[in-house]
Order: sequence, then C-alpha cells, then structure tokens
Amino acid sequence: MPVQPRRAALTASATDTVRLSGVDFGYADGPSVLRDVNLILPAGSFHFLTAPSGAGKSALLKLLTLEARPGAGRLELFGDDAGTAPRSALPGFRRRMGVVFQDLRLLDHLSAFDNVALPLRLAGLKRDAYAADVAEMLDWVGLGDRIDDRPPALSGGEKQRLAIARAVVNRPDLILADEPTGSVDAVMGERLLKLFQSLNRLGATVLIASRDEALAGRAGAAVLRLEGGRLTGDGA
Amino acid sequence: MIRWLTSRHAGILPRDGGDPWLAAVIAVLCCLACLSAVGALAADRAAHGWARQLRGEATVLVRPRVGETGAEAAARAAQTLAGVTGVEEAAAMDRETAEALLRPWVGDAVLADLPLPHLVTVRLEREAPASAVTLSRALAEAGVDAAVDDHSLWRREVERAAALITALAGAAFLLTAGAAGLAIVYATRAGMAAQRTLIETLSLNGAPDGRIAGLYQTRYGLLAAGAATAGTAVAMALVAGLRALGGADGVTPALPLAWSDVLMLSPCPLLAATVALVAARMTALARLRGGG
Repeated sequence: MPVQPRRAALTASATDTVRLSGVDFGYADGPSVLRDVNLILPAGSFHFLTAPSGAGKSALLKLLTLEARPGAGRLELFGDDAGTAPRSALPGFRRRMGVVFQDLRLLDHLSAFDNVALPLRLAGLKRDAYAADVAEMLDWVGLGDRIDDRPPALSGGEKQRLAIARAVVNRPDLILADEPTGSVDAVMGERLLKLFQSLNRLGATVLIASRDEALAGRAGAAVLRLEGGRLTGDGA
Repeated sequence: MIRWLTSRHAGILPRDGGDPWLAAVIAVLCCLACLSAVGALAADRAAHGWARQLRGEATVLVRPRVGETGAEAAARAAQTLAGVTGVEEAAAMDRETAEALLRPWVGDAVLADLPLPHLVTVRLEREAPASAVTLSRALAEAGVDAAVDDHSLWRREVERAAALITALAGAAFLLTAGAAGLAIVYATRAGMAAQRTLIETLSLNGAPDGRIAGLYQTRYGLLAAGAATAGTAVAMALVAGLRALGGADGVTPALPLAWSDVLMLSPCPLLAATVALVAARMTALARLRGGG
C-alpha cells in the first residue's frame, strides 16, 4: 500500500516542530544570506525545500541543525527557543532530529552497523539495547547483508541509504535531508523517497532539500521555495 | 574473530598513525621522570646520611699548657670529654694515626719533622648529642685550652648542597611530567584538527561536548597509562639493577639506593594517566567551546 505524505497545516500551533519568525542570517562580515524568513513546519508534516544554487539553502539547514544562530528573529524547535539556547542545550535538540547530510558524513573507519548505531551509542545506550534495532534498520534500508562492511566498500546508493538509516534509527521527531537523492539514479531516488514517506507516516516531520522539483511533485508534498534569501510557498 | 571484534566494538575515534610515536615519547618521558624521582630520593637519603654522620662526631684541637706534652694534654681532654653527657666516646688521636691521615698528602719524607696538631676525636650520642658549647665549657672547667669543631660548617654545606640536588631532581621530575602533559595537549589539538568533520558529525548526532571530550580523554588516558607502564617498568628495572649490582650505595655513595625506591615508582603510570586524562579533557573542551 502506497504511503501518502501528510500535508502541512499552515496555522501555527503548540505542536509545531519548527517555527522561524523574521529570521535573518549572514556569515561573518558577509551580506545577509537569509532575510526575514518565516517558516512553520507542523508536527508530522512533509515538506520539500527547493532552491537554486546560492539561494541560502545551506544556511537555512545550518540554522535548523543549530550549527549557526540567527542574526535576528526567532527560531523555535519542538516548541522551545533554540535560537538563543545555551550550547549545553543543543544536544537535547539534536537528539530529536535526524540529519542526512549532502556529503553524508559517514565514518569510514566504522562498519555499517556502527555507523547506524552512532546516535544510539552517543545517547549512552548499551549495545544489547540497540543491536536489534540497528540490524532491523539496516534490513529496512536494504543493507542487511552489508552489516560489517565499511562505507568505502559500499556503492553511492548504499551509502545514501546508510546515512538515512543513521538519521532515523533513534526515531527522531524531525528529519532534515539535504539532497538525499542527489547521487543516485531515478529508481533509487524513488525508493528513498518512499522511505521518507514511510517515516513521515510513522509521525516524523520531514524536510527534504532538493533541486529536483519533479521529485517533490511526485511525492505530493508541500513545497517551499528559497530564492534570494527569502522563503515562499506552503508553510512560509 | 578479530574482524568481528574490530567491526562490532570499534572505537568512535579512528586510529591515529601518530599514536605509537606519542606512546614512545610518553614512555621515555615517564622513564626519565622516574629516574629523576629516584635521584631526588637518593640525594635526600645521602644528604641525611652524611649530615647524621657529621652530627655524630666532633674534633677537638688541644693546646698543651707549659710543662705538659701534647699527648698528655690530649689524654686529659679525652678523659674530660668522656664524662660529658651526650658523649659516647672520646679518644686522643695518637701521632701514628695522625701521620697515617697525612701521609697521602705530604708523603713520608717530611712527616717526621712536621709539627702535628694534638687532636681528640669525639663520638657523640646519636639521640641527644652534646653541643660544641657544652664540650667547650667542660674543657674550660677542666683547665684544658682547646678549640671544638662540631663540623657544623660542613654539615650546613652538605645539607644545602643535598637540598639543592633534591630540588633540582624534583624540578626535573615535574618538568618531564609537564612535558608529557604538553605532548598530550599537542596530540589532542592535532587529533581534533584532523578530525574536525568527525567531531561535527558527532555533535550533530547529539553528542554533548563532555561526551566528545570523553572520547579523547579515554584514548589518551589509556595510551598514556600503557606507555607510562612501559617507561616505568624500564626505570624500575634500571634502579633494581643498580641496587642489585651496587648494594645500598647503588653506583656511588652519593646516590644510595633502596629496594623501596623500586616500589615507590609503581604509581607513576597512574600519575601519567591522570595527567593525560586532565590534559586531553581540558584541551578538547577548550577547542569545542572555541577557546583553544
């Protein structure tokens, strides 16, 4: 049975996973990259973010992953002010999100199993507590037979699926994926999209940054457009 | 089996090619620190031994009265001093003994014509030795014209020199321990710079700063403990060898060794691991928080 993505609710509520209000951002001594960005991602919503090169997509994702702080405006995650939260509070926000980086950031010295288990190990869980979940997750992304292989031994698509497995293994409330289908063929792209739709159906809020608008159309998801540092579209 | 172990229980930090070199540096530094510590102990022991020996003896130069020979004056002084509280034994030094002491310096040719001082050697009680003032007063009351030398000048010089050597050895110990700590700081900084992407990945996967610092702390703490164990073992073997070959004097009376010195070194690996743990943790936290 095909998974239907949830449409974004456009009114703000206490259950919003992400709320950006009047956010400006610029790199040190540089011009503003994001200007007066307003965004609401309700819990359980599924959004695509499309942006031409240099439009500020990376900056927006850095704000959402708390790698950067807004220069002005308010950034809320899971109902809490994350934009001004102290550094010690950031791990708490990040444990509730799963991030698929454009460059994947897999750890080449670790096996597929240990890469996926990383967020759980960092959360302090013992191997016995997570081993079954990790194995199941690897099965789910079709890497059950590559459990002991290290990333350099995997194909591009396998690496991408491994990165996705790591991002979602701790059942995050928010999934951020930067070009998750960027280096795979169309068939694999569709397969990965279905994977995100399944996760969304399980309750996760999903934001996929992609230049592939056709993919967004096929997913039937709300689309946000970022151009010249300004955000438009459903949820903006 | 090995593959299973490495894949299932791999450390989050990758292996660093520089680790064996760092371990070698720490092992050498730890060995030097141990030898410095033993040097400090031995110098302190030698100083105390020499001072105790000097404190237990006094020499009295006797000037005979008119109509009295030197030997008679010395015998009278010895008799007087033997009855003083705090004196264990007093004996007049006969000419043969004095000549034997001088022979290596002046030779036989002039010894017979050389006027020699009339001396009394006094062995003082170890627990409550009589002071030079007490001895002088007793001699004066007995009508003996004499000068008492309780070696206090020498003793002060020996104690000062020994204290200096002990301090220098202690400083060498602290400096080598500090150098080991700095080596860890350097390695942690270099490791973190090389693994910047990894650290970002860990951080974005929810690792708090303390957890990331803990990874480096564990790595370098264990590395230092292992390396220091090797360095300490070498130092212990050296000290034990010197003690076994040279007896209580070690290789020289200036640095007397004891078997307890070997055991005293056993906490060094723990100390080195503690230095490494603290250095790695502080460095990692400072870098993560943008302070270093």
